[in-house]
Amino acid sequence: MQLQDISPDQVVYYTIGPFHLNATIVFTWGIMALLVIVSLLVTSRLTTGGKMGRLQNLLEIIVKGMRDQIREVSGGQEPGIYLPFIGTLFLFILVSNILAVVPGFEPPTASLSTTAALAICVFLSVFIYGIAKQGLLGYFVHYLKPTPIMLPFNVIGEFSRTLALAVRLFGNMMSGVKIAGILMAVVPLIFPVVMQVLGLLTGVIQAYIFAVLAMVYIASATRTHVEAQQKADAHEQGESDNG
Amino acid sequence: MDSMSLIGMISIFTAGITIGLGAIGPALGEGRAVASALSAIAQQPDEASTITRTLFVGLAMIESTAIYCFVVSMIVLFANPFWNAVQAAGAGG
Repeated sequence: MQLQDISPDQVVYYTIGPFHLNATIVFTWGIMALLVIVSLLVTSRLTTGGKMGRLQNLLEIIVKGMRDQIREVSGGQEPGIYLPFIGTLFLFILVSNILAVVPGFEPPTASLSTTAALAICVFLSVFIYGIAKQGLLGYFVHYLKPTPIMLPFNVIGEFSRTLALAVRLFGNMMSGVKIAGILMAVVPLIFPVVMQVLGLLTGVIQAYIFAVLAMVYIASATRTHVEAQQKADAHEQGESDNG
Repeated sequence: MDSMSLIGMISIFTAGITIGLGAIGPALGEGRAVASALSAIAQQPDEASTITRTLFVGLAMIESTAIYCFVVSMIVLFANPFWNAVQAAGAGG
């Protein structure tokens, strides 16, 4: 077995100078096109009446479900500003993992470069959302808590959870694809189908977990601000009640 | 025994030991986590959705240690850097 069996990065279709067009990029573009085209199709004829299309119904369920989940995970924050980022992550990973059962399709999430890119996006978004909510100083002071001695550990924690996010998704998807491939070679009848069903389940759970963990990390950077405000509000309320 | 077969042999042994030991710890941990989540749901069925979500996130965290072991064993088996180096040296010499 060669390296190209480990990662779809090694399957190169086309080369222009130093740039290689590999399977990961091609299938990522495919999923992006699929998501965009379906969304355009649905949103081009939206109705507010009682009778709506099936796809619009599906899309509304997905968006509403994601909004509710974000609100619950982030401790009651408004999902509006988080929905585009978290929703995109979730839908991309979900579609890519589900399509893994299609023969000939190499899920781009089974390549470490895709999952690392997604994890870096989460890493940066934690800073962006945190600084937007708490201000530059307010956010970086958060690293000195509970004591300044914890600073290096907080920084290491920030990096290690990004690494864990990338390797977890990569490992899960890669193992699913590889085990299906190995079983196909050893027992070609029926048993691989069972493993594919299991792979479908893990794929959906992994998409969900990636999105929830991203939201948890962002919420940990933004929530302290909200909590302080709520405490201040409650305090004010109490004083006005007393007075 | 030449160095090539030695590297191959040690790689396969190591991959087996890695995946074997790496499965034991997470399995015990996941068992405990699921057991306590189930008893928590039995005590407070109203909180089942929150507990289930936390359980899934926790299981993903525990499982990632097993996944690390799997990734390492896959690298040792199929993308072994020592193997490639020996092959390159063999082809060069």
